[in-house]
Amino acid sequence: MDKMSQHENHEHTQDLHNQDASATRAPLNLAPAEDLKPRESPLDLATVRSKLQSKNGREYWRTLEELAGNPEFEELLHREFPRQAPSEWDDSVDRRNFMKLMAASLALAGLSGCGPSPQKFIIPYVKQPDGLTLGKPQYYATAMPFGADAIGLLVESHEGRPTKIEGNPDHPSSLGATNVYAQAAILNLYDPDRAQVVTNFGEITTWSAFLDSAQAVAAELKGTRGEGFRILTGIINSPTLAAEIQALLSLYPSARWHQWEPAVGDGAREGAKLAFGSYVNTVYRPEKADVILSLDSDFLGSGPGHIRYAREFSRRRKLDGPVHTMNRLYVIEPTPSVTGATADHRLPLRASEVELFARALAGQLGLRGSAAVPAGAEKWLEVVAGDLQNHKGSSLVVAGEQQTAEVHALAHAINAALGNIGTTLCYTEAVEASPVNHLESLRELCADMDGGKVDTLVMVGVNPVYTAPHDFDFISKLKRVRHSVHVSSHFEETSAYCEWHVAESHFLESWSDARAFDGTLSVIQPLIAPLYHTRSARDVLGAFGDKPGISDYDALRERLKSANPSADFEKFWRQTLNDGVVAGSAFAPLNVSLRFSPASLPAAKPATSSGELEFIFRPDPCVYDGRFANNGWLQELPKPVTKLTWDNAALVSPRTANKLGLEHDVAWRGGEHGKIFSATVDIILSGSKVTAATWTVPGQANGVVVLPLGYGRKRAGYTGTNKGFNAYMVRSSAALWNASASESAMARTGATYPLACTQYHFNMEGRQILATGTLAEYRKNPNFANEHDEPPPKELSLYKGEAEYPYNRDKWAMAIDLNSCNGCNACVVACQSENNIPVVGKDQVMRGREMHWIRIDRYYTKAKSPTDDPSTYDETLDNPETFFQPVPCQQCENAPCEQVCPVGATVHSAEGLNDMVYNRCIGTRYCSNNCPYKVRRFNFLRFQDWETPQLKLMRNPEVTVRSRGVMEKCTYCVQRINIGRIEAEKRNRPIGDGEIVTACEAACPTQAIVFGNMNDPNSRVAKWKAQARNYAILPELNTRPRTTYLAALRNPNPELEKL
Amino acid sequence: MFSAIFLGVLALFAIFSAARSPYMTNQYVSREQPVQFSHKHHVSDDGIDCRYCHTSVETSSYAGIPPTKTCMNCHSVLFNNSAYLELIRQSYRSDQSIEWIRVHRLADFVYFNHSIHINKGVGCSSCHGQINQMPLVFQASSLLMQWCLDCHRNPELELRPKDQVFNMDWKAPENQAEIGAKLRVAYKIRTTAELTSCSTCHR
Repeated sequence: MDKMSQHENHEHTQDLHNQDASATRAPLNLAPAEDLKPRESPLDLATVRSKLQSKNGREYWRTLEELAGNPEFEELLHREFPRQAPSEWDDSVDRRNFMKLMAASLALAGLSGCGPSPQKFIIPYVKQPDGLTLGKPQYYATAMPFGADAIGLLVESHEGRPTKIEGNPDHPSSLGATNVYAQAAILNLYDPDRAQVVTNFGEITTWSAFLDSAQAVAAELKGTRGEGFRILTGIINSPTLAAEIQALLSLYPSARWHQWEPAVGDGAREGAKLAFGSYVNTVYRPEKADVILSLDSDFLGSGPGHIRYAREFSRRRKLDGPVHTMNRLYVIEPTPSVTGATADHRLPLRASEVELFARALAGQLGLRGSAAVPAGAEKWLEVVAGDLQNHKGSSLVVAGEQQTAEVHALAHAINAALGNIGTTLCYTEAVEASPVNHLESLRELCADMDGGKVDTLVMVGVNPVYTAPHDFDFISKLKRVRHSVHVSSHFEETSAYCEWHVAESHFLESWSDARAFDGTLSVIQPLIAPLYHTRSARDVLGAFGDKPGISDYDALRERLKSANPSADFEKFWRQTLNDGVVAGSAFAPLNVSLRFSPASLPAAKPATSSGELEFIFRPDPCVYDGRFANNGWLQELPKPVTKLTWDNAALVSPRTANKLGLEHDVAWRGGEHGKIFSATVDIILSGSKVTAATWTVPGQANGVVVLPLGYGRKRAGYTGTNKGFNAYMVRSSAALWNASASESAMARTGATYPLACTQYHFNMEGRQILATGTLAEYRKNPNFANEHDEPPPKELSLYKGEAEYPYNRDKWAMAIDLNSCNGCNACVVACQSENNIPVVGKDQVMRGREMHWIRIDRYYTKAKSPTDDPSTYDETLDNPETFFQPVPCQQCENAPCEQVCPVGATVHSAEGLNDMVYNRCIGTRYCSNNCPYKVRRFNFLRFQDWETPQLKLMRNPEVTVRSRGVMEKCTYCVQRINIGRIEAEKRNRPIGDGEIVTACEAACPTQAIVFGNMNDPNSRVAKWKAQARNYAILPELNTRPRTTYLAALRNPNPELEKL
Repeated sequence: MFSAIFLGVLALFAIFSAARSPYMTNQYVSREQPVQFSHKHHVSDDGIDCRYCHTSVETSSYAGIPPTKTCMNCHSVLFNNSAYLELIRQSYRSDQSIEWIRVHRLADFVYFNHSIHINKGVGCSSCHGQINQMPLVFQASSLLMQWCLDCHRNPELELRPKDQVFNMDWKAPENQAEIGAKLRVAYKIRTTAELTSCSTCHR
């Protein structure tokens, strides 16, 4: 024993010695020692302001540091792969281990090259399914239920494995497009951390054991008419599931059904009730509206129908030429959203001031609202009211999901007064099976649990231990319930406190139905048999009924049959499955009459006073209310406006940050230019405390602190647990969306926390890469986007160009309309899913190593100032214009990357693609160094998970799964090009326009991306490129990129411009 | 000195030759299969068309290995007691797939599509050799990239009239270069530059 420990000690000292040696010799550190010291320079807002003052004309910036022109930042720009960080690897390897590993791998590498490849097998079907052609994907229509909406999908399946999600063009809420959640749902299906079995107090058991237990409860319940039986769900918009619940409620008349959806406010429901006396559903038609006012509504980026609304909205912003007109969008919001970023005029107001504005607007429009106007919004109010009044019947006022019932009721009244009902919006019966006030519903349940009135609680699609307001103290109340059942995809926070946990099937594994935002009934059909021992929510509820064991398939068919009795059911069934929707099932518009006058509203609650902070809660744009926390694609997805990944942060405006002394320091050291140390704060609201990192967001209302929900999960899975901070911890039932508190409620802890922000990566040295203008400027000078730089003449090139590549047939190209892009990120996740792009993790993102082939840059513009008064420039930080620019590989004609590759791993194709040949690549990274657009991504480590069997099922078999040491980049979805080309060639015809659709193009809600053949003058891409607005990034380099952009335009109201 | 260089060159030559030899490429290596299936018998003696079993060769990237059901179409009646076919019957009864030994294995990173070759007049035997003469199938070509490129550079040497694509005994006529050039135009085969772009096969 003694010997042993001595030996260990000896080893230990030797290791230490070796570490010392490696430290002094620094074999991996190429930089001199002094360079490795972290050089963090705190952001100085005074410098930022003074820089802004000295800039003239329209200029763009992405980060505050860039604007301030820190010397470290400048230096950083010159190095794509900055000097190696001290620790290149996840776990640092000392010299001795390095030698050991290298010796072993060299020896093995030699061996593996000497021999024929091992024997492989082919395992055919015994009986091949009908309609399946091996090697050809199949597409099935289904739908993803999400809140009070269902997104219609077409899911690609390879030999029974769903691999890629696309939108269903026949579905009203999709129109062929998707959002980030729908795109990422495929990863949820294959998530290795999903719950796989039924458990009883955490012990693995069987479904039949649960069934026996449920039936025993049911037998008791029959005697008591269901006394003490409670069901808690989220929003239910599946008629079949609702029918199951109703059947239980009629079987057990004393049972109750409660609902709790944490990230959807009651404002829309209660506002409709206030205005019309019942819970009607509002359906917008943004396409019909010339002037739109959003009262804190992110209707282009979230909420029911937002994919369709984004499509309709962008249709009115597609310009073929200067004669076309554009709609106009005014947005009032406390924190920048994608809708706000798209707006022509945006006014940051505190969330509590939005209601004041709505009341004042009603007053201005003659509806006897109130006269009090939020400070600074007077001119705005006048102009917006005037514009709305000039567009009676073609204007639209949209109230936000998180706003109060009063704001919604006022929006209804204003729309009615403007004659918009029936043109730009209509009302239907509620999409939810049973609309209720969710907060009150949960409050009632909690009170009954506390009073010992709840004997059996079945929870479906909710995670109340995590999401319930903290003052409800759900855990202690749950402990008083005798039988508790939780049905969820993962073993979550709530599951841990329940008697039973039943693993829930994914929507791609089960039969169901769901209503879309306009009432259209969508059928959810499974693409794959359940991967694990999972059950649907309906199955679990059915276990408590008198007829347990009816399959989801039978239940769905029965319900459809009873709803469509006369038709030839089998034909109807097959047609419905094929289409994904029940034809003509959208709700008819209701004739509603307004029973509400703004004058009848009680006096408004006073807005948060300027000395106070207003804390507002918002669902996170990536993980939503926390349900997607374990989805690596969504965690690593840069949030549309902040570009943060893997964390949430308390968002504050620059002025508020300055006032409270909240700094963030960028670690300029080495490659870690995505690592930002931000000040952390203790937030104490209603007696509950949470510690959060902070982040400064230009354009946020001053004094507002946004607390994004969905993070700080304790039981989400490997990916999602303990990321960010849990905003639910300070969310009370009294202040569900807004909490006013004095500034002392947020106190600096003195500590910092590293955040991973991608907007510091891949910077293009402040060159003119974004072109924007106003509609008026465009009409005056349609060619404004191309006036900065005259591209060098074609002849002036060392490249052989078209002499070498004649491009006789197809000349692939892409055009991106910046006027349509709202930065929603759907393309980024679609690309990740289509091209087997790995997730790298927070640590690697902080080193600038994220792998997304398409990134969306967010730019702010400096406002033009009519005067030289420096004080007016402050407005730029307070409310900058925001633009988004998706940047995939530009596929240059004269590609700088191709010239520097020593092994010919990136070469020009005869159709003009910059092909990337992974098996040739040896990882010199010269190509990436030479790429002016910074679109190449290098696998520094083996980021892809090659072991987990579930993830293997998910991969696209048409695309190589890349390993470490290999460069990769956007290929224009070359696998789709090849398949399209082969299909066309087999029929001996040219490839039609629109036949090949890239993954990003397919996913885009606003159709901002168009791909096609430039040689075909009638192709969409050729037409876009022929427009005057079309421009290339960095034309002076003469790279002649195939990807070009249409300049973004805004349509400001001249009356507000004069301000 | 000279002999050292000579030996070095010789060694390199030997290594590269070995890497391209059938030892490494598995060319001409017959494979024992779990069921003694003879292509020679089924094609030459019985006259069964390739596409009876390899159903998706004209439409998909995979030619398709037939499911057990295809065997049983005939063998539920013919030789239905043969000991040779016990594995087939067992597979059909138990719903367990037969594990065939793979004969043709393309290198990694290559995406090959059968249907486009068949549709453009490249016959089965151009790559697979005379399968109708093989009791046990072996890989007739090296499947090296060089071999692929030979044809992608000069496809006219292998193009046939469409009715000859599935003819295992087809031999190039004397004037193949001339006929092939005409077929290349008729089939609208892409230019050599297009056929040899990396992304034609690699993605």
